[in-house]
Amino acid sequence: MSNVAGAPGTAEKSDGAAAKRGSEALHYARRNPKLLIGLGIVLGLLLLGIIAPFFVDHDPNEYIGPQGQAPDGEYWMGTTSFGQDIWAQFVYGLRATFLIGIFGGGVAFVIGTAVGFVAGYKGGIIDEILNMLTNVVLVLPALVVLIVVTAYLEVRGLFVQGVFIGLTSWPWAARAVRSQALSLANRDYVDLARLSGRRTWKIITSEIAPNMSSYLVMSFILLFGGAILIAAGLDFIGLGPSNGVSLGLMLESAVGWGALQRGMWWWFIPPGLGITVIVASLYILNVGLDEVFNPKLREL
Amino acid sequence: MLELKNVHKVYRVGAFGGGRKRAVRDVSLTVEPGEVVSLIGESGSGKSTLGKMVLGLFRPTEGQILFEGTDITTIKGHAARKEYYRHVQGVFQDPFSSFNPIFKADRVFEMIRSTYYPGVSDADWKDRVLDALGTVRLDPDNVLNKYPHQLSGGQLQRVLIARALLLDIKLLVADEIISMLDASTRIDVLNLLSDLKERGLGILFVTHDLSLGNYVSDKSVILRKGAIAEMGPTARVFENPLHPYSRHLLSCVPQLHRTWAEVDAELAANPPEDVELPVAPDEESAPLVEVEEGHFVGINQG
Amino acid sequence: MTLRVNDLKVYYQTLRGDVHALDGVTFDLADGEIMGLAGESGCGKTTLGKSLIRLDSRMKHVGGTIELDGKNVPIADEKAMVPLRYHEISLIPQYAMSALNPTRKIGRMIKDLMKARGVDPASIEDELHRRLELVGLEQDVLNRFPIELSGGMKQRVVMVISTLLNPSLLIADEVTSALDVSTQRAVAESMVEFRDRGFVKSMVFVTHDLSLVYQMADTIMVMYAGHVVEKASAKTIVNEPKHPYTQMLISALPEVGSTEEQGRLEGIPGKPPGLLDPPTGCRFKDRCPLAFSKCSERPPLVEIEPGHWAACWKTG
Repeated sequence: MSNVAGAPGTAEKSDGAAAKRGSEALHYARRNPKLLIGLGIVLGLLLLGIIAPFFVDHDPNEYIGPQGQAPDGEYWMGTTSFGQDIWAQFVYGLRATFLIGIFGGGVAFVIGTAVGFVAGYKGGIIDEILNMLTNVVLVLPALVVLIVVTAYLEVRGLFVQGVFIGLTSWPWAARAVRSQALSLANRDYVDLARLSGRRTWKIITSEIAPNMSSYLVMSFILLFGGAILIAAGLDFIGLGPSNGVSLGLMLESAVGWGALQRGMWWWFIPPGLGITVIVASLYILNVGLDEVFNPKLREL
Repeated sequence: MLELKNVHKVYRVGAFGGGRKRAVRDVSLTVEPGEVVSLIGESGSGKSTLGKMVLGLFRPTEGQILFEGTDITTIKGHAARKEYYRHVQGVFQDPFSSFNPIFKADRVFEMIRSTYYPGVSDADWKDRVLDALGTVRLDPDNVLNKYPHQLSGGQLQRVLIARALLLDIKLLVADEIISMLDASTRIDVLNLLSDLKERGLGILFVTHDLSLGNYVSDKSVILRKGAIAEMGPTARVFENPLHPYSRHLLSCVPQLHRTWAEVDAELAANPPEDVELPVAPDEESAPLVEVEEGHFVGINQG
Repeated sequence: MTLRVNDLKVYYQTLRGDVHALDGVTFDLADGEIMGLAGESGCGKTTLGKSLIRLDSRMKHVGGTIELDGKNVPIADEKAMVPLRYHEISLIPQYAMSALNPTRKIGRMIKDLMKARGVDPASIEDELHRRLELVGLEQDVLNRFPIELSGGMKQRVVMVISTLLNPSLLIADEVTSALDVSTQRAVAESMVEFRDRGFVKSMVFVTHDLSLVYQMADTIMVMYAGHVVEKASAKTIVNEPKHPYTQMLISALPEVGSTEEQGRLEGIPGKPPGLLDPPTGCRFKDRCPLAFSKCSERPPLVEIEPGHWAACWKTG
């Protein structure tokens, strides 16, 4: 009785106001500057990364222009000391950065949520085994493993890099999802679904997951941002894709060829700022989402 | 129809199951078709665990749960489980948590249809749903196509009973189904259980409220710390409680027309005769003694 | 007269408008009176209990006054309420048991709390021990963490804490609902004892359980959809209720000893109106078998016999 006997008009306003939840979330979303700003910047850069490369008619690594040219009308972001077009590198790099975020974050998300759901829902010995696995991967110094693995790997493409980032960064997502699934798995409607002869995977996908969708979205965003940072770190220490372009690689060559000492700010600022802005806006976006989904953080 | 034989449930607690917690201790009881059996107990009595074991949501640590002669713990595989749930269904305590809040309430009917009656035509299915809603006295216009929060607790519990009626059920486990409902509507759900009984359903009614157990059931089982304290025909258990624990419970339950002081005075005026309680030979068993026909008392656990 | 509430209106603010949770509530509470405040979920009983001590951020004081011992209680003024809490008015909330800080020992927590209220913990120590003993708790509980106590023990600790400064008024919101019947009786009886010993002058005991409140309260006030429908002595409410809602509610309760075969009890058809845009007039009229044209006007709460108030055109 206790929680029904709460405030008056319970039925009108709170609890499972599911139908309202969608529109209510939207109501708060439209008024949340953090979410709007974060989302705006991320989407803007994403569009830039998708569209702009189509307007670049040469290879970003091609030596086409004057060497070490400061930004001007023809080369919007100037050129490197070898005459490569930094604007071209930047937009291709953005594209690569988003791809690595989606690959790396995606792989981590799939593994993390799968492990988390199964552990949380099944419980018992399965939970203990998966938990142990999670903890082992969690304490592995991921960057060191990545350095070792990528250093020995022949093919150093974007995709392989993403997969490896994914394989090492899923544990915290698994733990977060597990704890949520654990509490949802004890809800009566989950038991009821079992009594309706539903199979386990069906219960997880149609009863449990939809109730934590906001949580899942937020986990993915954090994994996405994390993957971008790790990739940039790997690229920067020279373990990036061999022939590709990425913001991390740009930064590496800028520093490697002494852009800092020579005052070629146009060479190192775009990639550095790009990475910072993407990751920062992802986190701002996440804080905004948290405020929208979590009624306790809403300011009335 | 349903028979529990020396059922135990021991939980492992702590990391890697170091500790043990006994939730159900040596419980044996039966439920016949057309019979309502109340499992009455305070928190920690194991009443809900028993209900969940009958529903196959937990496995007993020891003992057998026989449904029409088959031990349900031997049921393996999805198809066999599905068959079991065709005959045995449950309704739980919290109507609001029994519905997934993001879906409409009548989705519980669709779930039954997709698993059990995929071949039934839309029109035929609609008739069945309307029929089941009629049995639980719900107006279809009020409940179909609504979200759970738009319905009252009483309506939701009746929707869940209607859901169970769509199947060919023989046994319904009602786990505290009215404890969260308002006083003005709980009695309707109780009356509904008695209608179902008339149709030949066996009902295992789990409750902590003695007055509710008394109103609807044929047989009452009073549980304490996982073991049966007293079991017998409801009228006998309530008129002539034999176990000291049952007497204590009855003296504490707030009654509407008698104060505690009046109840105490009455007890002091006619002190009940003590019966000899059975003694458990070990930590695990909990034997019963038949004091009068069908009326059992169990061990004293202090 | 300890407490005098006059035409109190408190609304909840929501995105879709105001929920009229308390819509003109009037009653008096005498010195030494334990009043049971009963009603179904959403009737406003919890809101009334909260309004007497603290409005949360969504609650809005729309009108009406509260007087305690002849002084006005400024419920809308958060600052002015601070000195009143614990000293004059104390509340045991619905989930008090889980509100205890799990990382603090009980004794330490009480000390901190007293200091925060400007009371020297040493000065009340003897009294604290005496009262713990009175509710059947060993002094040892002060050295324990909340998790080590059972629900009933925690509830009694909360009871002792909230009455330590001898408030005039104690509001107990569903304090026994989560307890087992045997503990419930013990807690309810100690509350009466506290009143008898003068630890609190008077008490509002909010509950959904009429049979419990019948055991311990002097008077019972029944609420429905934000209105008071009836108030009278506990015996009168249970044995001779006058308002149709109270009558139907009482007759819907099964008792120990009543069985379905002896006679089927009936519930009240329909459900309470939404309070977002409540209907005019009597709020029970849609479910009331006696309703007639006059019920579209709100019936006033009138004293139909000494000490018995009811709000119904048919009883007035």
